[in-house]
Amino acid sequence: MHSFGYRLNGLLTFAVTILALMCVIASLSDNLNIPSPSAEIQIMNINWFQKQPKGSDEVILTMNISADLQSLFTWNTKQVFIFVAAEYETRKNSLNQVSLWDAIIPAKERAKFWIRSSNKYRFVDHGKNLRGKEFNLTLHWHVMPKTGKMFADKIVMSGYSLPEEYI
Amino acid sequence: MGWIGDTVDSIKSIQIRQLLTQVVSLGMIVTSALIIWKGLMCVTGSESPVVVVLSGSMEPGFKRGDILFLHMSKDPIRAGEIVVFNIDGREIPIVHRVIKVHERQDTGEVDVLTKGDNNYGDDRLLYAQGQQYLQRHHIMGRAVGFLPYVGWVTIIMTEKPIIKVRFPCDMDCLN
Repeated sequence: MHSFGYRLNGLLTFAVTILALMCVIASLSDNLNIPSPSAEIQIMNINWFQKQPKGSDEVILTMNISADLQSLFTWNTKQVFIFVAAEYETRKNSLNQVSLWDAIIPAKERAKFWIRSSNKYRFVDHGKNLRGKEFNLTLHWHVMPKTGKMFADKIVMSGYSLPEEYI
Repeated sequence: MGWIGDTVDSIKSIQIRQLLTQVVSLGMIVTSALIIWKGLMCVTGSESPVVVVLSGSMEPGFKRGDILFLHMSKDPIRAGEIVVFNIDGREIPIVHRVIKVHERQDTGEVDVLTKGDNNYGDDRLLYAQGQQYLQRHHIMGRAVGFLPYVGWVTIIMTEKPIIKVRFPCDMDCLN
């Protein structure tokens, strides 16, 4: 019972158990944090609105995004992944979500920001349904912890719409 | 002929009871590991409740060697979720984020496009020939939690055959 092998085994088992317990407690402590984020998105300009040669509609637009997400960060947060998605309904599809822009916020200090950007990813429909379409812009965030459970939530901003005719 | 006699003697002197006890104990350990694994499969509703991150395409969020806990519920797939999916014909599952969702009115079926956070372009290059979107049946689960570094044990075991140990096949095969 006192050989090196047994002692090492006992030590390793104990260490792993304690580490696992610490990870669980760290993750549970995230539940104590009540976030209160805020965000605002303005569409500055629709730069391009045309039908692609293959047939689907495509939009290029410029947005002003300002947000304060500092309350999402806890000591157990590694980064917060945020993205802006356009959400709309068409005759054929009950829900379409197209991610337009995303960013990674590595630290609390950078979580309050203002940025003007055109869409990083192509806003392409599954068809030709975008003329005059009303859509919501939703800011989603995904809190990725140093260890444990991930949280995700969103703010929905509605009231945006595309022009009736191609530009 | 002397050594045959010696061998027979040494075989007779092995205590059958002790040997059997050891074999049964080993069997119990292997079986309980299998029970826990299958139980997790039931509880999380996914074929593979734990996966190891094998590539750096989701950095800095998930690094190579992290372990992800998966859960598959009947909730519809939405943009922003981190999903684990299999491409037809490839056995290694991929962990990326959903960036586009098109859900049909009538059938409720979804077309989903994914992209790794650290990749420049979306995953259409990874999909099968001619495939533009993923459907629900490709997706094995959503990532709901993670543990850093623990997956290196599996990576070392599968990539360095010298150290390969025979575990219940499910744990290794699905990673």
